[in-house]
Amino acid sequence: MVKPSSLQKTLSKGVKLTSAMAVESGDEDDLSINEQAISASEDEEGSDDERKHKKLLEAISSMGGRKRKKQSERSEASVQVSEFFVNAEGTGEKVNISDLLGTVEKTSGAANKTKKQLRNLQNSKGTLALPLNKQQTEKIQRGIAYEKTTKEVSCWQNIIVQNQKAEQIVFPLNQESLGPKQVEQVVAGWKAQTPLEQEIFRLLHSNSHPVNDPVLTPVEEASLKAMSLEEAKIRRAELQKTRALQSYYEAKAKREKNIKSKKYHKIQKKGKRKEFLKQFEEMVKTNPEGALEELKKMELSRMEERMSLKHQNSGKWAKSKAIMAKYDDSARKAMQEQLQMNKDLTQKIVVPSDDEHESNEEGLETVPDFVNDPEPIIDPVNPWMRVQLTHEEPEVSCVTTDEPQTAEQENEEEELIGEFERKRKLRQADEEDLIPTEEQKPESEVVEEDVVEVSDKEEEEEEEDEEEEDVSEFNTLFRLMRNEKTLEEDEEGLLNEGQIRVRNIEDLEILDEDVDPQPIVDHGEQISIIKEAFAGDDVISDFIKDKRKQEAAGKPKVVDLTLPGWGEWGGVGLKPSRWKRKRFRIKMASSPPRQDRKLPDTIISENRNTSIASHQVSQLPFPFQNTAQFESCIRTPIGQTWNTQGVVKKMTKPKVITKLGAIIAPMVKEDFINKTTTSAGKGPAIMLGENKRANKGREWSSAKHQGRRGSQKRKKQQT
Amino acid sequence: MDSLICYLPNKVNIYEFDWLFLTQPPKRYWEETENTDQRRPEEEQGTAVQNQNKSTVKERSLKRKNGESLEKKDPFSGEAPIPHKQLQKFQRGEKYKVPAGARQRLKEAIISSEAMSELAQKQAARYDLLLPEDAGFLEGDEDEDTNTISQDDIADAADITSGSKVYVIAFSLYLLKKLQIQKNVFVCNRHLLVGGKKGHVACIDWQSKDLMCEMNVMETVNDVKWLHTEAMFAVAQKRWLYIYDSKGLELHCVKKFNDVLRMQFLPYHFLLATASATGFLQYLDVSVGKEIAAICTKMGRLDVMSQNPHNAVIHLGHPNGTISLWSPNQKEPLVKILCHRGAVRSLTVDKTGTYMVTSGLDRKLKVYDIRAFKPLHSCFLPAGASCLSLSQRGLLSAATGDIVQVYQNVLGSSPVSKPYMAHRLQGQIWGLAYCPFEDVLGIGHGEGFTSMIVPGAGEPNFDALDTNPFRSSKQRQEWEVKALLEKVQPELIGLDPGQLSKVDQASFEQRHKEHVEALGFDPLAKDKFKPKTKKKGRSSAGAIEKRKRKVAHEDQRDKIRQTVQERTERDKEQKEKSNEKKNLGNKSTLDRFRK
Repeated sequence: MVKPSSLQKTLSKGVKLTSAMAVESGDEDDLSINEQAISASEDEEGSDDERKHKKLLEAISSMGGRKRKKQSERSEASVQVSEFFVNAEGTGEKVNISDLLGTVEKTSGAANKTKKQLRNLQNSKGTLALPLNKQQTEKIQRGIAYEKTTKEVSCWQNIIVQNQKAEQIVFPLNQESLGPKQVEQVVAGWKAQTPLEQEIFRLLHSNSHPVNDPVLTPVEEASLKAMSLEEAKIRRAELQKTRALQSYYEAKAKREKNIKSKKYHKIQKKGKRKEFLKQFEEMVKTNPEGALEELKKMELSRMEERMSLKHQNSGKWAKSKAIMAKYDDSARKAMQEQLQMNKDLTQKIVVPSDDEHESNEEGLETVPDFVNDPEPIIDPVNPWMRVQLTHEEPEVSCVTTDEPQTAEQENEEEELIGEFERKRKLRQADEEDLIPTEEQKPESEVVEEDVVEVSDKEEEEEEEDEEEEDVSEFNTLFRLMRNEKTLEEDEEGLLNEGQIRVRNIEDLEILDEDVDPQPIVDHGEQISIIKEAFAGDDVISDFIKDKRKQEAAGKPKVVDLTLPGWGEWGGVGLKPSRWKRKRFRIKMASSPPRQDRKLPDTIISENRNTSIASHQVSQLPFPFQNTAQFESCIRTPIGQTWNTQGVVKKMTKPKVITKLGAIIAPMVKEDFINKTTTSAGKGPAIMLGENKRANKGREWSSAKHQGRRGSQKRKKQQT
Repeated sequence: MDSLICYLPNKVNIYEFDWLFLTQPPKRYWEETENTDQRRPEEEQGTAVQNQNKSTVKERSLKRKNGESLEKKDPFSGEAPIPHKQLQKFQRGEKYKVPAGARQRLKEAIISSEAMSELAQKQAARYDLLLPEDAGFLEGDEDEDTNTISQDDIADAADITSGSKVYVIAFSLYLLKKLQIQKNVFVCNRHLLVGGKKGHVACIDWQSKDLMCEMNVMETVNDVKWLHTEAMFAVAQKRWLYIYDSKGLELHCVKKFNDVLRMQFLPYHFLLATASATGFLQYLDVSVGKEIAAICTKMGRLDVMSQNPHNAVIHLGHPNGTISLWSPNQKEPLVKILCHRGAVRSLTVDKTGTYMVTSGLDRKLKVYDIRAFKPLHSCFLPAGASCLSLSQRGLLSAATGDIVQVYQNVLGSSPVSKPYMAHRLQGQIWGLAYCPFEDVLGIGHGEGFTSMIVPGAGEPNFDALDTNPFRSSKQRQEWEVKALLEKVQPELIGLDPGQLSKVDQASFEQRHKEHVEALGFDPLAKDKFKPKTKKKGRSSAGAIEKRKRKVAHEDQRDKIRQTVQERTERDKEQKEKSNEKKNLGNKSTLDRFRK
């Protein structure tokens, strides 16, 4: 429709239609008559009768009071009619819609629609908004254009993602495979075009004749599927029976559901429970898994019962009953029942299975007995003392407090020495006892005092073990102390050892002679070598020294930042003050524990292998969030040495393959759009039988040969 | 002797195959299907779809003939199942599960890599079928120890080719005065290299018994070693290290390597590691002829040496009973283990790098697990073992005086009880070496060289891409080029050969430190504070000093502040603790009832 503003514009040139229209409307009748007269004069030559008849008819119709036909032609009533435009008469006067409307209403020729529109316009009072300025319109246009283009471009999204994810892309896309094609492949793309072919296929389809030679023809299959009359009858009877049963059951259930009696339901529930228990027992035998599940359910219900206050006689009802219970027998019974229910539900379910479980459960049951027993009084002096506050063993602690650091340091050494000594002792098989065996007694006494006496045999055994451990600990400590006391003794011991060794060797020589009939020639030489080897140093102590040195080197050093002479007198013989030393000596953070801390006879270098670092990955590559992920991803080697040929090829497959010399054309939209649509549902025109195999082949081939069809289409478009 | 079953499956000899089958045919995959049967239905479901096409052909023919057999299925449909044990053999690390809430890209990366590694594992397990040969063994009669069976009996019972492997080369007859002791034996595939103490060196083709070269270097020979191929060998002579070709032509005299006592060749790194009498461990890259590293071990004379084939770490035995492990990248030993109370006489490491066997002057034989550096077991050999050698299949041969004893199942937790085989020779034994892929042990002793058949010593299945004992000269050349291309750099030698596949966890500081070490200066170091010169007497010496003092020791100040703060906190805590203790001590027994 034309906006009023624009209307005004067009009319502002001075076309005064209103007056003209008014004139027109007034003279309408006359004009028509004139016209008719003219036309009549023109047609005089034609048959008079006809004309007369027509005229008569017209006259009659005009007399009928109905409005005459609308004018097909509109004439302008103006004084001067220009060749190009309607000239303006009475410029400056505005045209109102009402002016237009009045005439339109009267005119029969105007369409109802325009009339309505005009009326609406008249009714609307508000002024129209200004048109948007250029920037804003452009912005809106841009927005719309953006939406459009995103919609257009986003249809590429899928294929892009697909290609990014693809293990391998072969360019140019849509290559036709070389070599002979499979028959199915060829057939799938083929259409019955000639009438003869179409006819043949129609025939084949109508007979459901197989094209691909399946095991059974569809007709045969159908005949196999078909049943005999008797079978059908039996089946029908069965169906009828089941239907009837179903309806009975439904009716019964409905009826039962409508019963409102609580007692009835109670009884029903009880019955069900009994039944269930019976079934459960059977289930345990037949279907243990199912039984286990049921058991779990029961366990759950038990838990719920234990959690809730239901059946605990704590509710409103129960309280009221409790009042009544004194006098009312039934109330008492009800309460009893409630409690019984609670007891039943909270009772632990015993699974009748292996003997061990039973025994365990018995044990469990027996455990709570001690709760009732009087507590064993540990300390006769202080009967309130239930738990020991400290478990310190006085003797050991005093030793450790003397030299805690040295004990730690020399622990390993002691272990080592102990090990060797033990072995030597075994070899010697001497009668000599360990020196601290005398100390064993007081130690054990102390332990005995501390430990609560328990009647069980096993526990006693455990206790003994503990004692032994303690004793061994004591032994090591004792040895440590002895070691520190005298180095001379050690040397003596070593000397002894040497003697022992020699003796051993000599012994073994005899053994050797027993074994070998021929005497070994250079044994004397060997013995001398051995003696020479053992004559010098003690291997073990050297090693321990070495280890300790290494450990010391690895330990964090104290940084001394004291500046002598600052803030006080400095010089020869003057030490910085104690305060200063304390303040400016900084201990560095301790290093992580050594790898060889539990291996007394091993020194593992803590130095980092820096040479390999340059070859290692030092920063995590993109999608990985931690090192474990990345390391797991690269844990499988891809080389030929570790893998089979096929796997190597697959692992080292290039991401992109381009055909040599082939032009890689940009992707065409039709290609992938077709791909998605056809692979989703649409199949080719011809169905070659119902054989699955054929279908499979077709799908595969259709997926492969999308490209060919796409290219054909492209060609068509070009032409 | 007729009941003796001696069985030397030598995948090398095709003629022996029929003989092999008499006793026990090699196992095929369908024989091991008992334990995989349970898995079969699941697999069938998966593979049924794939193999529908295959199976329909068979089924159709069946159905056509008799309509009843419609339900019959192919009993071997789908891929052959892989036994779990076999799969486990090729497992590399644990499977990584995709963490919950992982991003899409990460998920895809993990899933694809897991799928690939699984495929690799499966394929490797499947191809394991192609290694059907079994190692042989010696089985005596009832109440007959296998160590009483003599070599002659074995040679008689075995086939001709195997029997012919027992021979004695009496060098003493040939060079009576010059050669007294066969000091070293080294075998490279089918080539034998023998060096005499008095300078006699000989190369022999092991099988055809062709003498490739024989010479006298007129000097004490300490050790001989083949290099990567049989075309070259290194001889450690009295003063320098020499390299000869297979015809005895002197190629190099490496004067940087003096007084070499022992040598080891690391085949994948092309490194010749030498241990000298002066206590130096040196590495020579034979591919470029460069000295890679020279480490002063400070351990005295180094005459016991071995290599770990798993990680190319050199093991040295020392007179103080320790064994030290070395790599060319560190100036100090990676690990030092105290193994014996006397000097270490000999040591050897097994193929997988899991076990180390040592013998010392204390006449002990110890087996170590060198992954954990823990002794597994030790036994006492009456005469002590002067030479040790482990075969590819883990048979240990020990030379005790003039007897060679071969032990079975040494590499395990159970201690050794009695030898599997024993052989007496004339004179002291000086060298032992197993022939790879053969059941033969070469022994160098005072009277010459003797070979000994040890059934079950050699690996029956060889990897022709790696070491092919039957390669032609052309193949050898090609292999050489390939091996050189795939040469492993010496920087990668370390205790853990899988270190390369791990992310370098060192912090930035550590990395920076190394960078500084490499550069020789710190690229990120701050310049020293230089106070600006100011006018109007404000740049006097005192003022400058004052300004300098403002910024002096700034980093240290921070640290000090931090440590002081920490210390005060610690003290506070301790105080609180002691207070608590005091309170506890003051508490009366009845305090427990107070709330």
